[in-house]
Amino acid sequence: MESLQAGFLDFHSVYGFFDFFLPDGMDWLAFVLAGGLVSFIVINVMVMGTGLYTWFERRVIGRMQARLGPNRWGPFGLLQPIADVLKLMVKEDTVPALADRLVFNIAPVILLVPALLVIAIIPFGDDTFLGRLNIGVLFIIGITSVNTIAVLAGGWASRNKYAMIGAMRGVAMLVSYEVPMALSITGVVLIANSLSLFDVVAAQGVPFWLVQPLGFLVFMAAASAEMSRTPFDQIEAESELGAGYHTEYSGMKFAIFQLAEFMAPLVTSIIATVLFFSGTRGWDPIPGQIWFVLKVFVIMFALLWVRATWPRLRIDQIMAFAWKGLFAMALLNIFVVAVEVMLLQDPNTGALTTSDLWLMAAINWGVTVVTIAFMAKVFGSKQWERPVPTPSPLANMYAEAD
Amino acid sequence: MTRALQGSSVASRINESIPGAATDSNQTDVWVSPQSILEVATFLNGDDALDFSFLTSITSIDYIEYFELVYRLLSMRNNHSVVIKSRCYGREDLSVSSVTSIWQGADFQEREVWDLMGIRFDGHPNLKRILLWEGFPGHPLRKDYLGQDGEMQRPEDLDV
Amino acid sequence: MSEMKSEPVILNLGPQHPSTHGVFRLRVTFDGETVVDAEPVMGYLHRGSEKLAEGRSYVQIVTLTDRMDYTASMSNNLAYVSSVEKLAGIDVPERAQYIRVICAELQRIASHLMATGFLLNDLGALATPLMYCFRERERILDMFEMLCGARITLTYMRPGGVLQDAPAEFWPALNTFVNDFPGYLDEIESLISGNEIVLTRTRDVGILTDAQAINASITGPMLRAAGVQWDLRKANPYEIYDRLDFDIPIGALGDTFDRYMVRVLEMRESIKIVEQCIRDIPQGPIRTGTPYFIRPPAGDAYASVESPKGELGFYLVSDGGISPYRCHVRAPSFINITALRDMLVGWKMSDLIIIFGSIDIVLGEVDR
Repeated sequence: MESLQAGFLDFHSVYGFFDFFLPDGMDWLAFVLAGGLVSFIVINVMVMGTGLYTWFERRVIGRMQARLGPNRWGPFGLLQPIADVLKLMVKEDTVPALADRLVFNIAPVILLVPALLVIAIIPFGDDTFLGRLNIGVLFIIGITSVNTIAVLAGGWASRNKYAMIGAMRGVAMLVSYEVPMALSITGVVLIANSLSLFDVVAAQGVPFWLVQPLGFLVFMAAASAEMSRTPFDQIEAESELGAGYHTEYSGMKFAIFQLAEFMAPLVTSIIATVLFFSGTRGWDPIPGQIWFVLKVFVIMFALLWVRATWPRLRIDQIMAFAWKGLFAMALLNIFVVAVEVMLLQDPNTGALTTSDLWLMAAINWGVTVVTIAFMAKVFGSKQWERPVPTPSPLANMYAEAD
Repeated sequence: MTRALQGSSVASRINESIPGAATDSNQTDVWVSPQSILEVATFLNGDDALDFSFLTSITSIDYIEYFELVYRLLSMRNNHSVVIKSRCYGREDLSVSSVTSIWQGADFQEREVWDLMGIRFDGHPNLKRILLWEGFPGHPLRKDYLGQDGEMQRPEDLDV
Repeated sequence: MSEMKSEPVILNLGPQHPSTHGVFRLRVTFDGETVVDAEPVMGYLHRGSEKLAEGRSYVQIVTLTDRMDYTASMSNNLAYVSSVEKLAGIDVPERAQYIRVICAELQRIASHLMATGFLLNDLGALATPLMYCFRERERILDMFEMLCGARITLTYMRPGGVLQDAPAEFWPALNTFVNDFPGYLDEIESLISGNEIVLTRTRDVGILTDAQAINASITGPMLRAAGVQWDLRKANPYEIYDRLDFDIPIGALGDTFDRYMVRVLEMRESIKIVEQCIRDIPQGPIRTGTPYFIRPPAGDAYASVESPKGELGFYLVSDGGISPYRCHVRAPSFINITALRDMLVGWKMSDLIIIFGSIDIVLGEVDR
């Protein structure tokens, strides 16, 4: 790991800082302190960021729904998340009498931890990162699938039929959508020729959403399913299941569930920024960190837009969409990208030039338009014409008797 | 306009088919005997000219000495209507035949009549109380039910 | 491979559930996600309105009718006062009849907007279409406030006319609304009617055939969605509906989408009716003088109107006293759920919610 340059906020630099002040033989303490400090920073930044995001979400959706959204507490209602958290903290923590207490209590934590872990390896800037993992992409795919267990644990342990149905739907759906999500990321890895997020960012001379739009669309669809947002929110489905797997939770445990749930869009936006929106890259003099945040906000806004607009699909339709639609599209994307990379890449280094990327973008946009038009033709309803209504012979309201 | 059929003409049609079923009639209403309700209903629903395929409502009135059941029928094809009434004498263990087998729409309405007025419908597939809970004392729409002062009285406490 | 074994699960949907539109309870048996059996359980909002009416004078009962279908009080008022007028032989001045029709049609729009909005909410559309619908409903409620000072429980109509003439500011507001509303309806429809997900979820779901609907005494938009062209405004015109020109929209298949579509088309027809009423309304008195205690002759009378939910009828029996001897309500919401079980069995849980939502019941009217 000696070739790695130290980051501005990096575990190794923090470790070095503590190690410098502590006497020899106390390396382990420096390690613990550095780990604690880094965790403290990650958790707090993410919790605050999520709080800010809940405010952003409620304001944006409020505007979309012709209302104001929270606007009482603090300037523009910015302190609303704090009020919400305080309210949830003082609420009674109820546990159903027949619940499996251990699993019931641990489920919120299992849901929250993966989202925080992902943040540890994200390059927020050229020198702003916590850990530099050479298999970052693999880490993301692996760690985000842990939430399936949390959903099942929470729903099962609650001893509530609504929670159980929500959990069952959740497991079926989350497991199914892992596949197209991983496949859509494979295209990114093929072009970047590396599993490291830093290399992925470095390879994006042209942002990858332009280079492989099909993969990007599949990724966003699968990601909204992974974080169970409309139109894929069958796990929670307020109008059907009340609150789905966390129906029985209250107080702080509910707050943690909500935190994890609202952190998911944030984390997804961050991952999408790194993988498809060229991460920290932008134009000078604006620093990369600012570009990163701007891109994250744009993606979050798009996700909110979808959430505020669309109704939800039925569970069997969601599964059909994953396996018949997204899975096929992701495979096609991998195939096209693989062929292009094989033909265009430099045989020795495996690198692709910017002009190569633009060429790929041109081809892939054509492929995307044709594929989506084809899919719409296969799955769409518009082609289906409603019959013209004919009055039933069983009634004649103009009949004057006899 | 929906034409209200002459009670007398409907009564004679009923009596042609089911002798003695219709006991009385006036301008709009026909009175039939409670024993013959199912037969009359079958006839009115099946007859081509009358064609009462739509049951608008079933209700009941407590006239102290008897209960009157009111069936309001409509023919959507001919746009005419008739009111069939039936008097049930007595206060306890009243029962008439259910017409749910002819009109599904009678299902909840008969349950409501049983719940609030206490008239049983024989042959109803699921004759449970509908608005009040099982075990509720008495049938509130009866005139001898005194519940408005906040006290619920059991039927056996009342002298009818 | 051995056959998969499954065990039915009984789920109590309600009375506290976001999609039961009040305190309705459905006892559903599921096999996996599929509905095997469903039994409606009601009565959680039963206030004994019919019994209460027996102890009140004819004018006082108007307030009870507000609280039945509380999303369409005007229609309830209209049905009740029509029945009293028929029973007591009271004439209604022409201007009052026009005002009543305007109110009833505005109320129909308000109620259908609510039904449409909540149907979309049941579909999972996170309240956005609901807020759009409520934005328009709000303007109708504002107009009702001008008429009688109340927004929900209106008590605007009286036997023999209406409470008071419409104030001066009512007519400009009504004109603006009538001009704007078709545009807003286009906007709502452009968001919903062609939406791929809405179509996927609603078309061919929860089909109710015409014969089934008639046999189960179903009325209103549900009956018309099944293709039965039956509307009391045409079949048995009351007030001044025989002078107005409007169509009765019907559906082709009787599925959930048709029930939604019929409501949207009915709103357009209602606007047409209101426009004609504004054009034709004469000057004159708005109420026939009736004594505070009306004493109708002994006898009975049944009058029904086409309320937003279906045929709403009041059956009044008088013994010559100041209050009815018996007051029966033919509540469309109550009777429209008769066929619920037949519509639900075999569909999935998500379909259950939208089929139930598309029936559009109000629990105040179901339980009375």
